[in-house]
Amino acid sequence: MQAVEFNWFRYAAPQRFYPLAGSLAAWAGSAALLLAAAGLYIGFVLAPTDAQQGEAYRIIFVHVPAAWMSMVVYLAMAFWAGVGLVFNSRLSSMMACALAPTGALMTFLALWTGALWGKPTWGAWWVWDARLTSELVLLFLYIGFMSLHASIDDLRRADRAAGLLALVGVVNVPIIYFSVKWWNTLHQGASVSLSKAPSMATPMLLGMLVMALAFWAYCIMAALMRLRVILIERERHTAWARQALEAA
Amino acid sequence: MSFSSLSDFLAMGGYGLYVWGSLGMCGAAIVAELALIHARRRALLREADDARADGSAREHAA
Repeated sequence: MQAVEFNWFRYAAPQRFYPLAGSLAAWAGSAALLLAAAGLYIGFVLAPTDAQQGEAYRIIFVHVPAAWMSMVVYLAMAFWAGVGLVFNSRLSSMMACALAPTGALMTFLALWTGALWGKPTWGAWWVWDARLTSELVLLFLYIGFMSLHASIDDLRRADRAAGLLALVGVVNVPIIYFSVKWWNTLHQGASVSLSKAPSMATPMLLGMLVMALAFWAYCIMAALMRLRVILIERERHTAWARQALEAA
Repeated sequence: MSFSSLSDFLAMGGYGLYVWGSLGMCGAAIVAELALIHARRRALLREADDARADGSAREHAA
């Protein structure tokens, strides 16, 4: 009997990954639209008013998903940068580059929505609290990654230098996550964790989780779309990239 | 359902500016990101078109 073998490395070749990334992006985009519609309906129609914060709490439906994705995208970016460093694989480093702007955007949105939530509830747009400060450091890490990559002409050297920065910066992600436990922060603790039951009403929690999935799907779509552009940019002198450009 | 009318919904219990400011920025950021990716792709296509036009012009001249 012959074993059916799926060769994962087959898709490490840019010309094979390019069409796959296109269809994956389309699927992720449709999922993001459907999930966002469902999540916004749950969050803004079904979820009740919060007893303490009134309607201001509804910012949670975009704030928490953006904040989660800012960390998840960073971990994914550092993972691909690390794979690129170890195996010297072009596609992995391109994946890291494709994730960086989307991660920076999620970090910016987490900070922006956080400021708009902080003003009515804390009375301040910004405080130098451990959670907020470490999230701001995350934004600088993303910006540092992109600027360092852009400042080096030799792409392979740019991949290595920026990849190293991404890996060193990983230390900041647990600091963000645990900041509300390690320090006495103005920012509230986690509403959802693996160790205890969530401290939220069901429709609020459900709306937040569905919106988190929507943001997740959006990030996958945006990163894959950018990856396709980067693939063509970097491989434009090869026959497959020229064909892909002519087909477009 | 916690809102009885559209104006109620838009007011968000007095927090309209904060809630809609958050959602609006998310929407704007997503639109901007997709537009930037699209523009980057368009630039590549245009460059490829120019290269092709250049190539055929040179063939024509020869």
